[in-house]
Formats: sequence, structure tokens, C-alpha cells
Amino acid sequence: MLKVIKNRMEQGCKTSKYPKEPIQLYKRFRGMPRINASCSQSVIQQCADICPQDCIDTKNKTIDLGRCTFCGQCEVQSKGEFVLFSENFELGAASREHLITGGSLPALAEHSKQHFKKLFGRSLQLRQVSAAGCNSCEADTNVLNTPFFDLSRFGIDFVASPRHADGIHVTGPISRNMTQALLDTYEAVPSPKVVIASGCCSISGGPFYGSDEVVGDLNKLIPVDLYIPGCPPHPLTTLHALLQFFK
Amino acid sequence: MDNLLKIKNGAVVDRNAIPNVSNSVFFSSLAEFVKNDGYIVQFFGYIENGINRLIAVVRNRDLYVIETEVGSSFQSLTGSTSEKFHLFEREIAEQFGIIPEGHPWLKMVRYHKNYTGAPDAFGNDYAKEHIPGNYHYFQVEGESIHEVGVGPVHAGIIEPGHFRFQCAGEEVLHLEIQLGYQHRGIEKMMPSVPQKRWPIICESIAGDTSVGHNLCFSQAVEALASLKVDDKSSIVRSIALELERIANHIGDLGALSGDVAFNPPAAYFGRIRGEFLNLLQVLGGNRFGKGLVRPGGVTHVMEEEQIKIVRAKLHELIPEIEHVCDLLFSATTVLARFENTGIVAHEMAKDLGLVGYAGRACGISYDARVAFPTEYYAHLPANENNTTDGDVNSRASVRREEIMHSMQIILQLLEMYEQIGATTGAVFMKEHSLKANSFVVTINEGWRGELSHCVLTDNNGKVQRYKIKDPSFHNWTGLAMSLRNQGISDFPLCNKSYNLSYCGFDL
Repeated sequence: MLKVIKNRMEQGCKTSKYPKEPIQLYKRFRGMPRINASCSQSVIQQCADICPQDCIDTKNKTIDLGRCTFCGQCEVQSKGEFVLFSENFELGAASREHLITGGSLPALAEHSKQHFKKLFGRSLQLRQVSAAGCNSCEADTNVLNTPFFDLSRFGIDFVASPRHADGIHVTGPISRNMTQALLDTYEAVPSPKVVIASGCCSISGGPFYGSDEVVGDLNKLIPVDLYIPGCPPHPLTTLHALLQFFK
Repeated sequence: MDNLLKIKNGAVVDRNAIPNVSNSVFFSSLAEFVKNDGYIVQFFGYIENGINRLIAVVRNRDLYVIETEVGSSFQSLTGSTSEKFHLFEREIAEQFGIIPEGHPWLKMVRYHKNYTGAPDAFGNDYAKEHIPGNYHYFQVEGESIHEVGVGPVHAGIIEPGHFRFQCAGEEVLHLEIQLGYQHRGIEKMMPSVPQKRWPIICESIAGDTSVGHNLCFSQAVEALASLKVDDKSSIVRSIALELERIANHIGDLGALSGDVAFNPPAAYFGRIRGEFLNLLQVLGGNRFGKGLVRPGGVTHVMEEEQIKIVRAKLHELIPEIEHVCDLLFSATTVLARFENTGIVAHEMAKDLGLVGYAGRACGISYDARVAFPTEYYAHLPANENNTTDGDVNSRASVRREEIMHSMQIILQLLEMYEQIGATTGAVFMKEHSLKANSFVVTINEGWRGELSHCVLTDNNGKVQRYKIKDPSFHNWTGLAMSLRNQGISDFPLCNKSYNLSYCGFDL
């Protein structure tokens, strides 16, 4: 008992003040890309050529955040001339098109469905389905339950049964072998329900696009309401998206 | 032994030098090797000029390789020699339709159509059937026997897999684990996609082992393209691998504490784990170390500022972790649940070929960092484990010891880093021309245990076969054995004490 108290004193309160106070991530973090549209076409072409995810559109000078793994190779290739990854972790989007970006995203709160805010603004229960996720998306979603993020203080919880849930949060490129289980879980959630695609895998197949063992795009199976890009999304990216979209 | 070729971890071998022996010599050599305290690192099939070939990499104190040609079947060694072969043989059957004759329980590994278009070894038609689990599970019969099926979708935020328990009341008589839900076809993808995609794919073989798998991949490319990694980059890689180890071990100790309903350490360790992920982000911009390791070195040079951050954080966290560990491991209610739960006896562990902390907790001291050191590990002291009874408590204690050891060696690595000269700088993924007609195997001690990648190139230097092995491939059977004659309510605890990878297994 004494040890419990001693440890409690040593640990103190570690819960983040976010979103009341902003958080600054370390400068090496790769978040929202800043794109220089006046960059020379040849540099953009070089970036597009080395991009492992083929997510750079040279004509429109955009990056598809639904495909990007934020590996940072284009930043290095262009020496920051075309792309610079900022520390801004606010990347959630309400539509797939918004993720194809020239360097900014529309305000998520304004594009969220208003009836969702009314229905789920005070209490949101989600069922997580990993459909061939590599466990980084899963792990960085799980940390939202640790004391630093303390997700439940916002009335948001991950629950054990789809019957108790208001929606599903899907990670992974959706392997053929998980497709049926994913659809069954979706069916088991009572309507009206929310679908969240988390991580570039569930949005576009991520690193596994093109494999004939994966579906690669959650939208092909069920309609997605909220997109959270990243490989994996930073926990703050997820937290920001959930708060903006539902609160 | 005379028939096997001795090789080195991460060194290129000319494929013509690999002993290509007859079937009988191949299998008798393997059987003899494995019976005499030998372990299998890789054992897989590939096709050349329409002929099925099998290649095996085995280890005792050294590494060896041998290969043979087979037709549509071969003699199984699972029943006659050792259980160590069972999954490897099933995998060969599933990937190439080559049947291991006499395998005692031949069943699917990952549920996918084979690479060759040969008739499916199990008679499955994947064009019609998508759902894994179309299989008659092993069943225990009797009046009071009941069956419990769990998954693929589980209650927590974790990966999918199916567990089938045969129980008498609360007691589990048998647990059968069926995976494959996570199968993404990685081994098939690797030879067919452009090189620029390789590191991105390898980082996501198992996202909690991004650094480990990408090290195996990068070392293989370095060997085949004759790239040299400078000492400073090597140190950064070693630090990243250790940070990955600490973060996962700490998270699991917290989860184990939560599973026995002791909440304070669960909360503290949950938060502390994040501190280590943040250190990986300080090094390379991603909490899982993605984008850091690339063939030839690392993408971010560690500078004074990062050294300072890592060192200060470790000095801050070491006492905290010691205190929380003491809180966890001295609570009698915790020990009552940890001790004598989920025991795998030493002999059993050896028969199964368990690796990593699962093996070390059973008294198998093998640690690839010591046996086949890569990067900067040859300069570092080894860890020792004191609690090796094969139960949950041992697996937890081994992890506790490894956390402490890893933090110390990171501090040592930081000092070494400051003492050696300049680095050649950051590297990035480029097209590399690979040595033709070559073979390389790389081994690293990931946090779960022995990781290994194996690459075969053809006459034009193109990758002909890319083989990946996650330690979970060895250890899932250990979890099944842990549950024998245990209360079913101890399953979460046993499971978490291993915390094996679903996607690392399913590939």
C-alpha cells in the first residue's frame, strides 16, 4: 500500500492539457506537408519518381495524404524546395478528396455531419476492427486510453462489442481473409453508425497497395465518414480528428 | 554436418557454393543436425526453371545452409524428428503445393492460394472461399467437454486471429490457434514491386517491430549491393532497436498488470511506454521508427541535441521504471497470478524451438545479439536472466531484466557515439544493383526474438525469392502449450506474457 502511494506521488498527474493548450511535437516529426507550388517542375518530377507510394501529382502539385506514409523521402530529394513536413499533426478529413492536398486541409469541424455531433457529441462508443493492420495503428490508437491522453474524459470509449458501439474504427489494408469478419462487425453495429478509416492502409492499401491479397480501400466495402491519415496516425492526430468531427 | 555449408550472418554466398544434395542426404543431414541441439532459422521452398527446390538455414553456434530438389512431395520430419519442422513444412505445402508426406497434422497456415498454380495442398478453392477457418478443428470428445471459440475480432484494440479451446469445465485441455486473417501477401509482393517500395513494406511487416524487420531487410540489401554502414549509423540503429525493445516490454508489463487487475503499474507503464516511442520520434520522426533505417545507414544523423534528449530522458525514467517494477513484482496478489501460470518446461521449449524472451524464460539462453551480433552489438555486454521457470512470472521477469539491460546499453552506446569520429551522413532509399546469383540470410534479435530475412537473386541480380521469418512463427505453439491444463481465465495473462505478432506470422 505504501509503495502504491509512493509511486503515485512520484508519477504525479501526467494528463495532457490538449486541446485547451496546444502541444508542440518534436521538430523531426513529419506532419502536414507544406508545399511550394512555385517549385520547378523537374524537382517535382524527381520527388514523384522516388515516392514509394506514388502519391505526388506533378501536374496539380499535390500530395495524396491517403496514400502517403510520411516517409520524408520527397522532402530530402527536393531539399525542402517542394515539400517540407511541418509538426502540424491535425490531418483528419471528412472526404477522400480533401486528402489530396496542396498544403492545407479544410477545417474538419465545418465538414463534419451535423447530426453526428448531435447524436454522438456527448458520448461516442467505438468498436475497433484491425483488418490486417500491422499493429502500429492499433498500438497508437490504444495509447489514447493511457493517462497522458485519457480519451474517456471526452466521453469517447473503445468498447468490446459492436452491439455496444456507435461505429467502427478500421485499421489495416483489409486482407481478403478479414473482409467477411469486418463486414459482419459493421452489420452488428446498430444504425445510425459511423465509419472511421484510420491509417493510410485502410484509406488506400498503404504499403500494400496492389497486392491481390488485400482490398486496400475501405470505401469499396462500406461508406467512410472520417479519414485519419498517417503511418500510423499520431495519437494526437486521432484525438484531434475525433474531437473536431464529433464535438 | 559435413554436407552443410557454414555461412555468416549477413554475408553474401554464391548460390553455386550452396551444397545441392540428394533428398535423402538433405533430410538425414537436417534430422541429425536438429537432433543434436540444432535449430531451424529458415526452411522454405522456391522454384527454379520449373523445379521445386527446398533450402534450409540452421544454427547451433554457427549458421549453415543446404538445399535440395524435390518433386511434388517430400518426407516430413515433423513426426519422425522434431516439432521444430511442423510450421515450416506446412508453409511449404501452402506456398508451393509440395506435400510433406507423413506430416502428423497437415493444415493451412495462412489461407491463401499458392504461388505456383499447383493443386492446393489442402483442397481449398480460394476463388470461392474467402474465410479462413473452414477446417475441422482438433476436438476432444466426452460428456463434460465443451468448446470455446474466440476471434477473429477480439474485445480489445488488437489484431485478429482465432483461438479454439477444448475445455473440461474451467480447465483447458487443448488450445488450437488458427491465424491467417492478416495475410497481405508480402513475400509474393517483394520480388514484383520496385525497390523504392521495399523499406516501406518491410517496416509494416509487423509495425511493433518496424526497426527490427527493416534492419534485417537493410542488412540483406547492404550485403548484396556491397554497401558499408559507418559506425555512427550502426550505433543509431542499435539504439533504435533497443528503444523498440524497451517500449514493447514496458507496454506488456503494464498490460500484464492490468490483466491481473492491478491498475497503478498498468497506468504508469502505459504512459512510460509512450516516452520511449517519443524517443524513437526524436531520432527519426516516427514513433515506431518507421523511415529511420535504410540500406547503407540511417536517414537521420543523431546530433548533440538528440543525444542530450535521449540521455536526459533515460536518466529521468530509469528510477521511475525501477520503482514501478518493484511495485509490480513485489505485490503478492500479482505474484500469486504470475507464478506457476502457463508453464512451458525447458525440454518442451527446446523441442518447439522457442526463441526470444519466450525461450529465455525457459532456460534457452539464445540471444542473436550475442550469438550472431550485427551493428554495434559485438561491443556491448550480454544480458543474463535469473528467473527461468517457463511461467508467466519468468517471461515477465526476463522482460524486466531486458528493459534494465537495454537502458544501460543505450547509455553506453551514446558514450561510444560521442567518442568516435565523423559519420558519412544520412542515407536514403536508392536503386541498388544487387549481386547476381547470390544468397544472403540476415538475423537480428528483435524484441520478440530471432528475426530473419533471406534473399535469393537470379542471374540478372533480380530478387527471385524473398523470405521473411518473424519470431512469432516459432513461438505461437509455445502459447498453445502454455494453456495445457490451465484455467481458461488465465488465457489473457498467458497471451500477454508472449504478446506474439499476428501480422508478423501472417505476412
